Amino acid sequence: MLRDITLGQYYQTESVVHRLDPRVKLGGTLLFIISLFLFRNFLGYGVAVVFLGVVIGLSHVPFRYIVKGMRAILFLLLITVFFNLFLTPGTELVSFWKLTITVEGLRMAVNIAVRLTMLIIGSSIMTLTTTPNNLTDGMEKMMKPLKLFRVPVHEVAMIMSIALRFIPILLEETDKIMKAQIARGADFETGNIVKRARALVPLLVPLFISAFRRANDLAMAMEARCYRGGEGRTKMKPLVYQKRDRIGYLCILCYLAVGITVGRLTLF
Amino acid sequence: MGIVKTKDLTYEYVRRDEEGNVEGFTTAVDQVSLDIRKGEFVAILGHNGSGKSTLAKHFNVILNPTEGTVWVDGMNTSEQERVWDIRQRAGMVFQNPDNQIIGQVVEEDVGFGPENMGIPTKEIWERVEESLKAVGMYEYRKHSPNKLSGGQKQRVSIAGVLAMHPKCIVLDEPTAMLDPSGRREVIRAVRGLNDVEGITVILITHYMEEIIHADRVFVMDSGKIAMEGTPREIFSQVERLKELRLDVPQVTLLAYELQKKGVRLPDGILTARELADALAEMR
Repeated sequence: MLRDITLGQYYQTESVVHRLDPRVKLGGTLLFIISLFLFRNFLGYGVAVVFLGVVIGLSHVPFRYIVKGMRAILFLLLITVFFNLFLTPGTELVSFWKLTITVEGLRMAVNIAVRLTMLIIGSSIMTLTTTPNNLTDGMEKMMKPLKLFRVPVHEVAMIMSIALRFIPILLEETDKIMKAQIARGADFETGNIVKRARALVPLLVPLFISAFRRANDLAMAMEARCYRGGEGRTKMKPLVYQKRDRIGYLCILCYLAVGITVGRLTLF
Repeated sequence: MGIVKTKDLTYEYVRRDEEGNVEGFTTAVDQVSLDIRKGEFVAILGHNGSGKSTLAKHFNVILNPTEGTVWVDGMNTSEQERVWDIRQRAGMVFQNPDNQIIGQVVEEDVGFGPENMGIPTKEIWERVEESLKAVGMYEYRKHSPNKLSGGQKQRVSIAGVLAMHPKCIVLDEPTAMLDPSGRREVIRAVRGLNDVEGITVILITHYMEEIIHADRVFVMDSGKIAMEGTPREIFSQVERLKELRLDVPQVTLLAYELQKKGVRLPDGILTARELADALAEMR
């Protein structure tokens, strides 16, 4: 079940979206996320859905694959929706037992649910169509000006790329440890929250130990292959803007223009 | 002077108790002197804790000797400014395939070494292509390493080292975590490098089957070199190998037991074929 998380994993296929410059995708994703929080009505979301749909279509990543990755976030989503739904003060809509749903609460909950869902789908499209190396290359290049302020841009980018690469490996490992502990009678499924949290200790301790061991091995392997930071490093795939990247930027700007004009209209 | 040479190499670990106080020293490598010639296929054999991996880590300057000297391609490994040159000349492949692949796509991982060395982009691509072809992984260049088998991952790791154009490859138990077919795959790739490309190979292992094709074998025990010779010379000393807690290949063991029972067979039989031929001749 843990292996189903697709967030942060690369989906191998050929498509326009895959070939886009990572800077376009990064910038686009960022603008897309910001746009989601600017909308005042549901028409704006409509525009966002259409845009997202077109991008998914172009990316050749099966929609089911993307949704599968959502399952892990579902719990978080439900909690957020729950709290917004019941704890927002305002005009009462329905009320039963001790819980009251207000008009404002309902609107807030729907808003949050839609935003979160699209935010996650939007960013997983980015990670699904961009190899982590590519992604960090993009980030490194975009954040290069920060080097003036002594921000270790290359190092941060490298750390992120490695973290991303190890997500599936560590998940697989968690799965394995979990099964091993279950086989010895560990119980992760019953009991109250405190009990369940305590049951996680025998899962987390070996996982952390193994992660440190892996980090150690990896550092050694990187040094053995002459890694010594960003200085004097060349790129196998240097980033150069192509025609399709300019078109990509244009599409994002068009979306923003349309989305924000439509999304900020006050309908009622 | 050979490509890798050590003189009186000694390495000591500091043992600490729980508070971090020094308890004592463990000598992992003890006064080892060896000389490996260019183009040789050398195997270093030993059971767990014999010091073979510690020794190997000196060839790539991951460890520095406590005493003694190591030269790689004529360069002394204790000279700090030569470290990167040495690491490029003597590439290293480790045991766990997952913990040494940095790229998320096979070709990007193979390109990692040349990138670090500051090779121009065009040449990186050429090197990646030739390296992947040399280990037979070219068709997988666009794949994610997570979806490959263990043997394939190790071959990618070898390609990653090969792309740095080393003169010597040190493989530290590259097959320990693989299944038999993966093991064969990797050994075949390694032999190819040695035969075709003429790269010096230093194979650290505890699988006896893998050293049959080596030119020279060193057997290590508690930090010292206990035996040295061709595979045939090594395998003819079955009793000594048993003392060193090493398993002799089944065929060799069978030949040895037959010898003991009075069947007159030549010493150090390595393959089933040889044994069959020797037995056929006796009739």
